[in-house]
Amino acid sequence: MPVDQSYIGRVYPPTPPYEVGREKIREFADAINDPNPVYRDRAAAEKLGHPDVIAPPTFAIVVTTRAGHQVIMDPDLGVDYSRVVHGEQRFVHTRPIRAGDSLQVVVTVEDIRVAAGNDILTTRGEVHTVNGDPVCTAYSTIVVRGPGA
Amino acid sequence: MNVGDQLPARDFPINRADLVRYAGASGDFNPIHWNERFAKSVGLPDVIAHGMFTMATAIRVVTDWAGDPGAVVEYAVRFTRPVVVPDSDGATLTVAGSVRAVREDGLAEVDLTATVDGQTVLAKARAVVRPPRPA
Repeated sequence: MPVDQSYIGRVYPPTPPYEVGREKIREFADAINDPNPVYRDRAAAEKLGHPDVIAPPTFAIVVTTRAGHQVIMDPDLGVDYSRVVHGEQRFVHTRPIRAGDSLQVVVTVEDIRVAAGNDILTTRGEVHTVNGDPVCTAYSTIVVRGPGA
Repeated sequence: MNVGDQLPARDFPINRADLVRYAGASGDFNPIHWNERFAKSVGLPDVIAHGMFTMATAIRVVTDWAGDPGAVVEYAVRFTRPVVVPDSDGATLTVAGSVRAVREDGLAEVDLTATVDGQTVLAKARAVVRPPRPA
């Protein structure tokens, strides 16, 4: 069953605040095997002009994936999660995510199209602080493999 | 930063333990990334790496070069081929970069190549990086 294209432009409600902790950033940096001190040591981050340790450039996926599940799991939209693969990902940073941030995400369905029997769904997640300051925009494109794929 | 500057190729080994750790840190527990039996049951040759793990690993060529990971203002990839990670000897991701353009505002556009066994796993991989601030 094709994904309902009338969902293009739909905006989902902001996610509950996610508090970015220093140890979470360290855990993520450990998980990508990146020893950079700017992810762990506040003094090293301050030396580069950051007020606290910053997160790696792809860390936003931790908050935007959860937000994107609002769309993928939306029963009205009709995505078969077992057939989903990640097609493209793009981050545009206003500033690095850092320890102490309290982040919310507003997800918009950017595009839904069909190509080679697969549904291609692109979402845009606007990541902002609870005070409304923009931090990052994450564009995720997923491919929902059709029955023949 | 000048057009044509090369970011030398680096090899990043990937093993199953990396994928388990990344699953925990990222919250992506899809069993195709840690359960061989499940991966094969859905038609994959073996366990595959999270695309986001590959993406996170590849940008290290840029963040180590730039000095400040916070200098990466934009980063985009297309996932073209799964990175298969066998239990026996894992996989090796090879990443290199080159500066394709320097914009009027000083931001550098860096193109990345990411391959495993000579095959491209990320296409259209590009980062936009702020130049180092004057000391």
